[in-house]
Amino acid sequence: MRYSWSFVLRRFGLMLLIIWSGATLNFFIPKMTPRNPLREKLLQEASRSGYIPPGFEEMVQAYESKFGLDRPLWAQYISYMQDMLRGDLGFSISNYPKTVWELILEGLPWTVGLLLTTTLIAFVIGSLLGALMAWPKASNLFRYILPSLLIFGAIPAYVIALTLIYFVAFRWKLLPIGGGYGIGMFPGFNIGFITDVLVHSLLPALALVLAGAGGWAIGMRGMLVTIQGEDYMTFGEAKGLKNWRLFYRYAVRNALLPQVTGLALALSFIVSGSVLVELVMGYPGIGTLLARSINQLDYFMIYGIVFVIITGIAITMFIMDMIYPFLDPRISYESS
Amino acid sequence: MERLQLSLRYLRRNTSLAIGLGILIFLVLFTVTGYMIIDPKVDPYPLAGPGSSPPTLNYCPRSDPECENTEPKAYIFGTDAQGRDLYGVAVAGTWMTVQIGLMAGIIGLGVGAFLGFTSAFYGGWYDLIVRWAVDVMLTVPGLLLLVVIASSMGEQRITVTGMGVIIAAISWRGPARVIRSQVLSMREQSYVMMARLNGMGGMGIIFREMMPNLLPYLGASLVGAVTAAIFASMGLAALGLGPLREPTLGVTIYWVINQSAFLRGLWWWGAVPIGIVALIFVMLFLISIGLDEVANPRVRRAE
Repeated sequence: MRYSWSFVLRRFGLMLLIIWSGATLNFFIPKMTPRNPLREKLLQEASRSGYIPPGFEEMVQAYESKFGLDRPLWAQYISYMQDMLRGDLGFSISNYPKTVWELILEGLPWTVGLLLTTTLIAFVIGSLLGALMAWPKASNLFRYILPSLLIFGAIPAYVIALTLIYFVAFRWKLLPIGGGYGIGMFPGFNIGFITDVLVHSLLPALALVLAGAGGWAIGMRGMLVTIQGEDYMTFGEAKGLKNWRLFYRYAVRNALLPQVTGLALALSFIVSGSVLVELVMGYPGIGTLLARSINQLDYFMIYGIVFVIITGIAITMFIMDMIYPFLDPRISYESS
Repeated sequence: MERLQLSLRYLRRNTSLAIGLGILIFLVLFTVTGYMIIDPKVDPYPLAGPGSSPPTLNYCPRSDPECENTEPKAYIFGTDAQGRDLYGVAVAGTWMTVQIGLMAGIIGLGVGAFLGFTSAFYGGWYDLIVRWAVDVMLTVPGLLLLVVIASSMGEQRITVTGMGVIIAAISWRGPARVIRSQVLSMREQSYVMMARLNGMGGMGIIFREMMPNLLPYLGASLVGAVTAAIFASMGLAALGLGPLREPTLGVTIYWVINQSAFLRGLWWWGAVPIGIVALIFVMLFLISIGLDEVANPRVRRAE
């Protein structure tokens, strides 16, 4: 056992605190603004008929008491929390008979699949390039030309995605312009559909990798510079070790640990990291769902997605914290 | 004069800071000269010119061959589908976007620095609460929090100023954490003890003794906070929650996505905001690397 129970309990408490804060913010922020969605909706319906009928205020009040909005705030808060505990996020306004959960579960596999692969690819490519940039015996291509590619790390992924759409998809017609799969395809487990999905996810993946790899490269480069000054590197070189062995087994291996910590942290954001890229690409994940809900003023959907993402992050962070001591033998959470 | 030479020599060594400041000067010149040329109340808004015209240096509004009866106006960046002059959008939008970023960044740094200083200095329950609040808030994705705030505000309340205030709600987290940890290590140093023995009050020590030593960190934190704020404002606007009437860069990108400008072949419409946004982010990135080197001499120069 690498960690004590008090540590596990503390991390578990932090996880619950994050989920609770997410739910509470979701409840109180909309209440603090002067907006009244119920009145707005009724006003919208009423103005469609051309005039506001007498007794409009009574109607608003009747609906408010029906939805329990005339009760004191703390009573509303308690019943809201009970709903959240049961995992009841309510119905979508714009796709009415569907619940918020159903729609989120439709988008979740797309988002997680895209982000899991791109995060890992960006990590591997970025770390390798970063290591080569700092390695004195690497060719000049790596030492001087690659660092300029780091610039991509500073630009938001969806801006890169927009540029890629224009050149790769619209101008050169190499890849499909957007969406998760072709218009004529039916979802199913056959080779045609799966290759179609892969082809469609290449462009968003490229944007995410380009934007993500830069950060990993910077971290790796810094670590490798420090490691080159270590005694065991000089010793290995003096012993006449082959260059690649010195690079992979001595330098990269030791520089990788802090990178892996970062990877664990990055994996927590697997549900929320690509909202805008999905929107730009029309990729059928959570991000597109969120953007559509914002445009249609589908409040339950917006708050539901935000709550699910925050919960997802809190839980993955907890799991990563529990796994981490197994990766780095120097870290132990035992009570001293 | 001597100082100027010294700083110039330092800039030659610190290339990323030099390039970053170069881009900054370019952007400032671009905006200042732009404001002398455009009419900021007309040009960046719809119907300022003909819709969807490509960039050209000599444009004739009417299609007659002589084009002398009308005043020829050049649209060097072209216009978008609603007839905004994209040069006007570039000039006014850059300034508005930077304005949002500066406002949110400065408010965020102020609040964050205050929380960081006081919590590290006084400790106890207060510190515990601040630390947990920062931990929780850093876990919650800022963009989503802003989405909840902005979507429940309503469109007409979101202006350029309103946007800055909304984004300030998340931009205090980073500075609070960084400054807290710096102050924690500084609190035990002898000159702080000395000040305490001399009977200086808590606030006096914080502002008169510690603050000057933290200035480089505060500068680096400000650049970080402004970057994060511009990032958030662009993301929020791209989702359709920006000040939709104003020609900020984020809102322009929203229209580019919403009206599928690229698929209609109107490449200049997207190229203008994307180019400037890329320039702004690269500038902030280079300046922050450069400032890191100033604030933290230990990471100076890998070679």
